[in-house]
Amino acid sequence: MTRPAHDRLAGVVRDHAGQLAVALMRVTGDFATAEDLVQDAVLAALQHWPTEGIPEKPDAWLFTVAKRRALDGFRRADNYRAKLALLQWPVQPAEDERLQLIFTCCHPALSRPAQIALTLRVVCGLTTEQIARAFLVRETAIARRITRAKRKITDAGIPYRVPADDELASRLSEVLAVIYLLFNEGYLATTSAPQSRDLAEDADWLAGLLHQLMPTEPEVAGLLALIRLHRARAQARFGVDGALVLLPDQDRSLWDQQAIAEAIRLLTGAALRKRPGPYQLQAAIVACHAEAVRWEETDWEQIVLLYDMLLHLTPSPVTRLHRAIALRYTIGAQAAMAELDDLGSALGDYHLYHASRAELLRALGQPEQARAADQRALELTNNPAEQAILHQRLAWR
Amino acid sequence: MKYVLLFVETEEFERDLEAMGPAERDRAYQRVMEWMTTNADKIRGGNKLQGSETATTVRLGDGEPVITDGPFVEGKEVVSGYTEIEVADLDEALRMVKTWPGCPLIEIRPLEP
Repeated sequence: MTRPAHDRLAGVVRDHAGQLAVALMRVTGDFATAEDLVQDAVLAALQHWPTEGIPEKPDAWLFTVAKRRALDGFRRADNYRAKLALLQWPVQPAEDERLQLIFTCCHPALSRPAQIALTLRVVCGLTTEQIARAFLVRETAIARRITRAKRKITDAGIPYRVPADDELASRLSEVLAVIYLLFNEGYLATTSAPQSRDLAEDADWLAGLLHQLMPTEPEVAGLLALIRLHRARAQARFGVDGALVLLPDQDRSLWDQQAIAEAIRLLTGAALRKRPGPYQLQAAIVACHAEAVRWEETDWEQIVLLYDMLLHLTPSPVTRLHRAIALRYTIGAQAAMAELDDLGSALGDYHLYHASRAELLRALGQPEQARAADQRALELTNNPAEQAILHQRLAWR
Repeated sequence: MKYVLLFVETEEFERDLEAMGPAERDRAYQRVMEWMTTNADKIRGGNKLQGSETATTVRLGDGEPVITDGPFVEGKEVVSGYTEIEVADLDEALRMVKTWPGCPLIEIRPLEP
C-alpha cells in the first residue's frame, strides 16, 4: 500500500477506534473487554480494508465486527450478550466520552509505558504490532504490558471517569506527559518505512482531540501549539540525503508559515487565560524560533527570559542546558560554558550535553577538547540521525 | 471495593517521632485519630503493629521450617499498621490517603473479591 493510502487508513481507524471503545464500554462496563473487542475490530479492518477499500461507514463496519465477535465470545459466559444483541449503530453518546477513556488509560496508578501502550491501542486504535514496531520493542513485551495494565484497571478498581476538579490539574499533567512523550518518540524517529506508524501524527491528533474536549485548559492548547510548531518545520529537518539538518542551517522557506501562524494564534488564546505552564512556555520558545526569518534574527533575549520562567515552574538540568545554549547568543560562549560546567555532574550521561559542550568549545577555539566531547556524545546516542551528524563533525572539523 | 492500606514507616519518620516532645507527639497522634474519625464511614477495621524488632519470620521449605528473628525483608521501610477500607474505586482510596497525617508511605492493595 502507498504511504498516503496507509495514512488515510490509519486516520480512519483513529477517528473511530476510541468512539467504538466508548460505546462498548457503556454496554459491557468492563474496560478490558471493550479494549479487546476494539483491537479485534481494528485488526479485521487492517486485514480487509487495504484490498476491499475503506467502507462508506467505517464506524458502522467496525461496530458490526466488534458486536459479532462479542456475541461469539459471550455465548457461554454471557452477561453482556442480551444487551449487546439489542445494540444498534450508531450509538449516540450524549457527549464525547473519549475523555473518560483517555483519563483511564493515563491513570497515575499505571506505569508510564503502560499508559502509553494503552492510550495508543484504545484511543488511537493502534495494533500491538504497530506499537511494538514504533518503540522497537518485541510484540510479546507490549502484549504483556497491555494485559497487565488491563488486569490492574479491573482488579485495583481504577475508575472510568474524568477526575474531579481538585484532582484535574495533576491528572491532566499525566495525560499531557504521555502525549508529549509520544510526540518526542515520533519526532526523533528517522525511519519512515511506509508501514511504520508516525507517532508524531498520533500525538498531534490526541492533543487536538484533548483540546476539542477541554477547550478552556491553557496547557492543553499549549501542548497542541508546541507539537504543531515543531511539525510545521518538519520539512526542513532532513536534507535530501535523509540527514538531520540543525536549526541554524535549515532552509526556512520550507517551514509551513500558515501552520506556524495558526499555532501562535492558539498559544496567544491560551495565554489570555493567565495560567502559564510548562507547555505554553516551551511552545512560546519554539514560537520565537519559528518567527525568526533568519537564524541571525532570533530573539535570544526573549528566549532566555522564557527559559527563566520555565525553570521557575519546573526546575530541571535539561532546561538549564537549553538555557545555557541560548545564553551563548546573549552574554557569550564563555558564560554559557561556565553554566555547562556546573551541569556536568547532573548531565554527564546525556549526549546533548556533550554535543552542546563541543559546539561551545569550538566557538572558544578549543578544537581538540571539542572533538573529545563530540566523541563522548556519539557514544551516548542510539539515534542514527544524531549519530550521523556527530560523525560528520568528527570527520570534518 | 475493598482495599487494605498498608502504612509504612521510614527510618527518618521514626527519628522525627522520637525527637518530638510529649505534647508534640500527642498532637501527632491526635491528627491521626481525627483522620480515623473523619473517614470512619469507610474504615472496616485495622490495627497498629508492634515494631519490626518484634517480628518473627518463618520460611517453609523442603525440610524443617526456618525460623528467623525480624521481618522478611530487612529494610529501611517497614509496615507499621494496616486499615481495611471500603470505597467506590481507587480514586476514592487515593483521595482518602492524600490527607493521611501519619507515616510518609502508604501502599494501597485491593482485596480479592
